Amino acid sequence: MRESHIMKIHYLTALIAVGFVIIHIMIRFTHGSFANSLEFESVIANYKSIPYAIVLEAMLILISVHGFNGLRIILLELKQGNAYENAVTYGCLTAMIALIAYGSRTIIMASMGMV
Amino acid sequence: MTKGGALPKGFERPSDSSSQEKYEEVKSSSKTITLRISKFNPEKDNTSTFLEFTVPYQRWTTVLDAILEVKSHHDHSIGVRYSCRQATCGSCGMIINGKPKLACFTKISELDSDVVTVEPMNNFPIIRDLTVGFERMFTTHKRIKPYIINEESETVGTKEFLQSPEDVEKYIQFSSCIKCGLCNSVCPTMATDSTFIGPQALAQAYRYIADNRDKGKDERLRIIDEPHGIWRCHFAGSCSQVCPKGVDPAMGIQLLRGYLLGYRK
Repeated sequence: MRESHIMKIHYLTALIAVGFVIIHIMIRFTHGSFANSLEFESVIANYKSIPYAIVLEAMLILISVHGFNGLRIILLELKQGNAYENAVTYGCLTAMIALIAYGSRTIIMASMGMV
Repeated sequence: MTKGGALPKGFERPSDSSSQEKYEEVKSSSKTITLRISKFNPEKDNTSTFLEFTVPYQRWTTVLDAILEVKSHHDHSIGVRYSCRQATCGSCGMIINGKPKLACFTKISELDSDVVTVEPMNNFPIIRDLTVGFERMFTTHKRIKPYIINEESETVGTKEFLQSPEDVEKYIQFSSCIKCGLCNSVCPTMATDSTFIGPQALAQAYRYIADNRDKGKDERLRIIDEPHGIWRCHFAGSCSQVCPKGVDPAMGIQLLRGYLLGYRK
């Protein structure tokens, strides 16, 4: 994949994530009491709302993609070398997939009432 | 001046004695600075040291003049690279009082300091004292193919590539680059990323891509669109701040990104 394609994804994920975070904050301010929002029942109720679960899943994917690519860039600038660069690229990709998979599992389980 | 006649009032030629007096007056009135020169020989030394010299200077004395004064009269061993003495060859780049500048283009009187410290440029390997190796910069410069790529040629047949003033305006400032390396020496990415292509080469890539006689745009964009290419620029803008020829590499890099992101054709 060409670096310009990766960077397009990097910039786009940042921009779209900002949009979703704004939606997330708006929902927090408009639905229910802000003070009680971190109570167990409130959190589970959020996941059970399908549109809100989709917002959370989108934020998870966008921020993970953006964040792990950012980490890859920082690490590539710190040190150079083929073996190191491959390790960083594939390491970040694996960590990103693992985080998205684990986060998605949580969102799916909570929204299906499995917790 | 009137031929064979008296000079206008105030322009009289001084007599020999008054000329000598003037010279003595200038000599005695010349100020001095302390010139601190970084000494480092990578074959012998572990760290650099500073040698201090007291050097007289006039209004027009450049830092290079002062270094050459020291080299002529105090320490012949000082390693310094220079050639044209008129900011054209790009040989005498160094850090002067903490800022990368051309020594031949920096007057001591402009520095407004009694102590002038000269060090080799950052982000380049030191050959000796103030002389640094330009291999990396020249390699990256060559990589971006710094020439017009066009199957047709002005030198064969009668083909002529016409350019309007607007066409020339798009790239002309970037063609002023003298490869002095000041932009690369001040670039924060160059300091950490040993394979970063650097602002000098990127600015030159833009110079040729923006030239309407050139057909090598895609080729060059492929070269700079790599993990250690154009995207590693953090847009600190230091490269444009230090360029002695008024080139704006940071702007060239942003314009190149426009081509790669697709909002510039």
